[in-house]
Amino acid sequence: MIEVAVFLLFAALALGSALMVVLLRNPVHSTLSLVLTLLAIAVLFVLLGAPFLAALQVLVYTGAIVVLFLFVVMLLNIGREEIATDRGLVQKGAAGLGALILLGMVGAALWQGTAGHELAPLTEDFVSLEVLATQLFGRYLVAFELVGLLLLVAVIAATVLAARPTPGEPLAAGDRLADAAPVERGGPEPEELAEPTAPSTAAEEAR
Amino acid sequence: MLFDLVATIIKMAVFLGVLMGAIAPLMVWVERRGAGLMQDRPGPNRLGPWGLFQPLADVFKFFFKEDLTPALADRWLFLAAPALALIPALTTFVFIPFGPDVEVAGRMVPLVVSDADAGVLLFLAIASLGVYSLILAGYASNNKFSLLGGIRASAQLISYELAMALAVLAVLIPVGSFHLGRVVDYQHGLWNVVPQFLGFVVFLVAAFAETNRLPFDLPEAESELVAGFHTEYSAMRFAAFFTGEYVAMTTISALAATLYFGGWSLFGFPEWAAGALAGLVGPFWLWMGLIGLGVLLAKTSVFLFFFVWVRWTFLRFRYDQLMRLGWKVLMPLALVNLIAVAAATVAGWL
Repeated sequence: MIEVAVFLLFAALALGSALMVVLLRNPVHSTLSLVLTLLAIAVLFVLLGAPFLAALQVLVYTGAIVVLFLFVVMLLNIGREEIATDRGLVQKGAAGLGALILLGMVGAALWQGTAGHELAPLTEDFVSLEVLATQLFGRYLVAFELVGLLLLVAVIAATVLAARPTPGEPLAAGDRLADAAPVERGGPEPEELAEPTAPSTAAEEAR
Repeated sequence: MLFDLVATIIKMAVFLGVLMGAIAPLMVWVERRGAGLMQDRPGPNRLGPWGLFQPLADVFKFFFKEDLTPALADRWLFLAAPALALIPALTTFVFIPFGPDVEVAGRMVPLVVSDADAGVLLFLAIASLGVYSLILAGYASNNKFSLLGGIRASAQLISYELAMALAVLAVLIPVGSFHLGRVVDYQHGLWNVVPQFLGFVVFLVAAFAETNRLPFDLPEAESELVAGFHTEYSAMRFAAFFTGEYVAMTTISALAATLYFGGWSLFGFPEWAAGALAGLVGPFWLWMGLIGLGVLLAKTSVFLFFFVWVRWTFLRFRYDQLMRLGWKVLMPLALVNLIAVAAATVAGWL
């Protein structure tokens, strides 16, 4: 009885806050709604008898990944005006189509999983940490390691993309430092931004 | 059901009373008198014996200050941030055991508020939510110094959380459980700090960064950011951040004492003393709880004094030094420690 009430409360909270993530205009508020969604889902994990998953959900997603989201949103200082794009007909149509496809996929998965046969009860064997660990590091070991490899590749790619050219080294073809400089606003010259040592060498040459 | 509920409420009340009624005010006094001691001056010594009532005067001062909210602040988030500083710090204490399972009126009662199997993970998970108070305070104040403090807090806490979690994980491998009570049982003969000294150092450094204490208090670096994330806060809201910091220090110290210094246990002394005292007067479980809590708090207060000691001894890191230390020194050290402990466990040395 209490479990049903708690489930309904937190399921509604998860859905409502998930909706607010897309509806709110302020990106910081959207991100905080995402925090609420993830916390509500963690409570649902506890109700399913999987406190380990709940702890990981809070530790990894709420405690680290969404903090990174907030970090980026605040660092770029995205205001509400900048995020408000023109909601054209194409965008609306694409969003509707995407939602329909997702609904269809979730519905099909649910229907396939439940139609025709009885649902097995949720047992300790299904959610316990031990079973999860043996499945993850036994049956799905290759998939698990591949996901790790994929993340490593992503980290290396991000490092390469973010790496700045060392001083004195000519800019490579892909470098966009000059494009990023606010030339038209009367900011510093692009060459100065790209090459920090430029002013001093210029002064030496003048002497 | 009712019995468990009452037992839980009593245990929670004891912790809340100890944390908010004794440790937080005492820490204010220790910090200010400790600063005086280390700077060769008396410190606040007027009110009460040795100035012990100074925290009371501080609280009254905070109560009578004007509570300001900046006109352009994000009002709801601005009001929520100080509360968020206190809630995770107070909640995490429920996972710290202060005694073994004892028998009360024919039932077994664990001397820990939440006897969760995944206790350590839940501790880390809830503790990691504390950063939201800093981020929200920085963002909601609508002040560039506050915002910079909030951004620094988010990057810093993520960097050090990883090293801390890896150090904690190494403790759990030989124990074979996420339950803090089992961790205490495991250290019956030898404290974890001896075989896992490297992990302990990593944990301790990360704990300083996680609680924003000097030398890692970059989110409120007053020489650059006025007062960082809490620049715009006044009166009791400011005091809530302060109290939250002290409570977070206390919980992380209690976790350090439990993971590396045997928690409530002291080589059989608490059980022996409780048995001896129960022979004279009172039930065993009461003495066991009181002595266990006393031993735990004694170990915790050593760490708390260490926090104050370090604050008045070291200089603040530069931000790039902080990031380099976190990712290039602590992370690899924590990984080396983890692999070494895992190998030693498999080889049967631990």
